[in-house]
Amino acid sequence: MQIQNPTANPVFGTPEGLPMPTAFPFSAIVAQEEMKMALLIAAVDQSVGGVLVFGDRGTGKSTAVRSLAALLPKMQVIADCSYGCDPDTDRTRCVDGCGGRAAKGKSRAVPVPVVDLPLGVTEDRVVGALDLERALAHGVKAFEPGLLARAHRGFLYIDEVNLLEDHIVDLLLDVAASGENVVEREGLSIRHAARFVLVGTGNPEEGELRPQLLDRFGLSVEVKTPNDVTTRVEVVRRRDAFDRDPKIFARRWKTEDGKVRKRIAAAREHLSAVTLPDSVIARAAELCMRLGVDGLRGELTLIRAARALASLDGVETVTDAQLRRVAPSALRHRLRRNPLDEAGSGVRVERAVAEVIPA
Amino acid sequence: MTASDPARWLDALLAASLFAIDPVGIGGVLVRSSADPLRDRWLAALSGLLPLPTPQRRLPSNIADSRLLGGLDLAASLRAGRPVAERGLLVEADGGVIVVAMAERLSQRTAACLAAAADRGEVIVEREGITERRATRFGIVALDEGIDDERPPPAMLDRLAIHINLRGMRSAEEPVSLVADVDVATARSRLLSVKVDDEALGALCEASLALGISSLRAPLLALRVARASAALAGRETLSAEDVGAAARLVLAPRATQLPSQQEPDVTDSGDKSEEVSARGNEGSETEERDQLPEPKSLDDIILAAAQAAMPPDVLARLKLSHSASKHRSSYGHAGMFRLSSRRGRPIGSRRGDLRSGARLSIIDTLRAAVPWQALRRRERGENALEGRPARIDVRREDFHVSRFRQRTETTTIFVVDASGSTALNRLAEAKGAVEHLLGDCYVRRDSVALISFRGSSAELLLPPTRSLVRAKRGLAGLPGGGGTPLAAGIDATRILADDLQRRGQTATAVFLTDGRANIARDGTAGRGRAQDDALAAARLMQANGVNALLIDTSPRAAAFAQQLANEMAAVYVALPYAEAAAVSKVVRANADARRSGANGG
Repeated sequence: MQIQNPTANPVFGTPEGLPMPTAFPFSAIVAQEEMKMALLIAAVDQSVGGVLVFGDRGTGKSTAVRSLAALLPKMQVIADCSYGCDPDTDRTRCVDGCGGRAAKGKSRAVPVPVVDLPLGVTEDRVVGALDLERALAHGVKAFEPGLLARAHRGFLYIDEVNLLEDHIVDLLLDVAASGENVVEREGLSIRHAARFVLVGTGNPEEGELRPQLLDRFGLSVEVKTPNDVTTRVEVVRRRDAFDRDPKIFARRWKTEDGKVRKRIAAAREHLSAVTLPDSVIARAAELCMRLGVDGLRGELTLIRAARALASLDGVETVTDAQLRRVAPSALRHRLRRNPLDEAGSGVRVERAVAEVIPA
Repeated sequence: MTASDPARWLDALLAASLFAIDPVGIGGVLVRSSADPLRDRWLAALSGLLPLPTPQRRLPSNIADSRLLGGLDLAASLRAGRPVAERGLLVEADGGVIVVAMAERLSQRTAACLAAAADRGEVIVEREGITERRATRFGIVALDEGIDDERPPPAMLDRLAIHINLRGMRSAEEPVSLVADVDVATARSRLLSVKVDDEALGALCEASLALGISSLRAPLLALRVARASAALAGRETLSAEDVGAAARLVLAPRATQLPSQQEPDVTDSGDKSEEVSARGNEGSETEERDQLPEPKSLDDIILAAAQAAMPPDVLARLKLSHSASKHRSSYGHAGMFRLSSRRGRPIGSRRGDLRSGARLSIIDTLRAAVPWQALRRRERGENALEGRPARIDVRREDFHVSRFRQRTETTTIFVVDASGSTALNRLAEAKGAVEHLLGDCYVRRDSVALISFRGSSAELLLPPTRSLVRAKRGLAGLPGGGGTPLAAGIDATRILADDLQRRGQTATAVFLTDGRANIARDGTAGRGRAQDDALAAARLMQANGVNALLIDTSPRAAAFAQQLANEMAAVYVALPYAEAAAVSKVVRANADARRSGANGG
C-alpha cells in the first residue's frame, strides 16, 4: 500500500487521509471535577507544566484529554514554518529560516496541536529523521520533522504512559528538559525548538512511573470510578448516546462546549491581570514545607495553577480558595513515597491543607 | 440453581449470536476453556453466524509491533525504490474479528495496543518513517487457556463484554444447528432502532454496583448486549429477557460480591463483602436462592439472572477472596504477565552499536539503511536514479540491536519473621526497611515480593511486583504473633526464587528474623526439630543458588542465626537495634556488590 503523501502537512494536526473521529464533548463529561480542572488549568497556562491522570479503568481519562483538544483557542504561527514558530518570540534560530517571513508579518492562526504519542512508536518518528520518500525516490537528504516538532507549543499526549518504552521516555525527558530537539546523523544536523506540555494517562495497576518522568508533570490527578448510582447511570447514558451517534451527540452539547471554549479564551486573556498577594505565596511555601516537598518546583506550580484557576473563576486576585483546590493536584506526586501510609498522598495533601489554610 | 451444562452451552451459543450481531459494540467475547473440541465447536458456530465476507485474523500472544501495528515494508520498499507501508493485523481485521490465541499470555502492552485501536476505531502508526492513521473496527474473541488465576490483562478483560467459561462442561448434546436459523443480518439492521428506557439502564447500573463491579464499562457493555438480544428477538424495546441475558453474560462473570437480599441499599460495599464471607457454605447459599420470592422488579430479575449464572466454584472463590487474601485480587496477575514476557523474549529493537555484545537485529538494521541507499550511492559517485541496487550499503549508524526483557531483572524477596518472638517493634522495623527499599527498587525498576511466616506456616503476602500501590496494600496487611516456622519460611522463599529463576530473573532473598525457630516443617512444636528442619531448608535453598542476606533481628547476635546464614551462604548482618534506614542501607550495599560481581564474572 502506498503512503499517502507523508510530507504534505507534517506539522499540524494528524496525518492526512482520515477525518478525525468526533471527540466526546468536554462539557458532557460527568463528575471527575479534579481532572477537568487540571486540564483547564493546563489549557490556560502552559507554564504550569503537564497533567498526569492516573486511575481506574473506564473513567474516561483519554476521553477527557481528547475532548479538551477541541476547545483550545487557535495560536498564531509564522506562515509556512514547518516547526510552528511563534511570530512574536521564535524569530531566530529556526532551521526553516522563517524569521524573515515573520518580519514581513506573515502569520496565520492554526489549532493548538495535541499530538498523540502512540504505543509502538519508534525513535525516528519521535525525534524526526530522514524524509523517506524524498531520500528513496530522489536521493535528496531532507529532514522530516517528528512528533516532537509537531507538538511544539502544544500538547504531547501519551496514553498508557506507564507502558511507554524506557528508551522513548529517555528521549522525551531529554527534550522536555532543554526545550530543544537535536538530531545529528550522517551529515544531517538539525536543531529545533520543541516546547510542549506533556499529558499522560495510565492505570497504576500496570506499573509505576519513573520518578524522573513523574517530575515532568506539573499536575497529577487521581481518578476513581464514581460509585453512586445516579452518576453512573448518567455516565453510561451519555456514553451510549455518544457511541450510537457521535455527531448528533456533539451537536447537542455544542452550546455548553462553546461556553467552556470562551471560558478558556477569557482566562488566558485575563491571566496576566490576576494579582497574586504575598500572603498566598507565603501560604504556598508553608504548605510545601509542611509536606516536605523538595525544591521550588512544587511551590511554583502551586502558585501558577492557583493563578490560572483564579483566572478561570474570573476573579481579580488569587485567594486561599484557589490554593486549596489546586493543592492536591499540584503536590500529591511530589511527596516522598510512603508505602505504609494507607491514606495515599492525595489525602496527606488535604490534611496539610486543612492545617495550613483553615477554612 | 446454578446453570446446568446444556443451559451453559445454550448461553455460549447465545453469546456467539449476540457478538455476531454487534461485534464492535460488544467489544468481544472471552472464551475460557482448554484447547478442546467444545471450543472448536463454539468457534465454528461463531464463524457460521458471521456474514460473509468477515475477515478473521488470529493474533498470537507474542506478536511483534511491526506485525500488529504495521510499519515499513522492507522488501517492497527496496523493490519499488520508495517507501511502502505495510498494514498491521489491527488494520487487516477491519470489519471483522480478531481471535487472540492464548490470551492469558498476552502482554499488557499488546493488550493496550488492541484497546487503543478498539477505543479509537483507528490505528495510529508512527513507526520507521511511516506516519499514518487508518480506520479499523473489529470485535475480539479472546481464547483464555489460563489455569487457576492466570488471566488475560485486565485492560482487555474490561473491554470484552461477554465472558463465557467452557471449562468443566461435558461435551454438549445440543447440536450447533440451534444457531443455524439466527438471522444476523436482519438483527443488525434492527439494532439502531432498539430503544433503551431509563428503567433498564438504571437497573443494569444498580445491578452492577450490587454485584461489586466497579468498572463503568460493565453496565455500558451490558446495555449493548441487551440491545443485541432485543434486536435478535425482533423487539423494539428491551424486555426482561434481554436484560437477563446481559446480566448472565456480562455482569455475572465480573461479580466480586453477592448482592445482599436483606438490604436494598448498595452504597457501602465494604460491609457487604464481610456479610458475604460470613455466610454459610455453598449448600445453604443455593438453598437461599431457591427460596427467593418470585422476582418482581427489573433489578431483581437482573440480580437473579446474574446469580444463577455464577457457577458454584465462582461463589466459593468469591468468599475466599473476601475473607483472607484481599491483596491477591484478580489483577494481581499484572506482575505475572510482565514476568513471563521477560524470559529473554525479544521486544523490538533500538539503535545502538554492537560493542556491548548486543545482538544485531538484521531486519531493523536493513530498514534503517533503506532510506539512505540513494544518497549513499550518489556519495559513491553512482547515479542515484538509475540501475538496480545490487547490494545494500549498510553503515554503522544503521545498526539496530535487539532488545530483550532484562535478564538480570532482580526481584528482592523479603522474608519477614512475624512470629511472637520477633517483637512487634521488629515487625515495624521490617516494614520500614521494605518501605525504604521499595523506593530504591522503584528507581532501579526492580521488583519486590513479600513472604511472612508465623504460627505454623508461611504465606506469600505480595507476589513479585513493581507496583507501589500493591506493595502498600500487602505491607499494611502484615499481621504478627504466633510461633516461628522458620523452615516453612525458607521453603516458601526457595519455591518462589526457583520460579523467578526459571523466568530468567535474579532473585535475592532478604531474611529478617531472630532465628528462633520453634515449629518444624510438619507443623509440630519443638526447638530441636525446628532448627534441624530450618538448617536443611537453608542448605536446599543454597543448593538452588539463591542469593541471600540474613538480618538478625534478635537483641544480641544469635549463634543459630549465624549458623543458618552459613548454611544458606548468606551474608549475615547482626542489627541488634536495626532501624529501617540502616537495614535498607545494608541490603542496598549487598545488592550492589552482587551486581558488580555478576558483571565482572
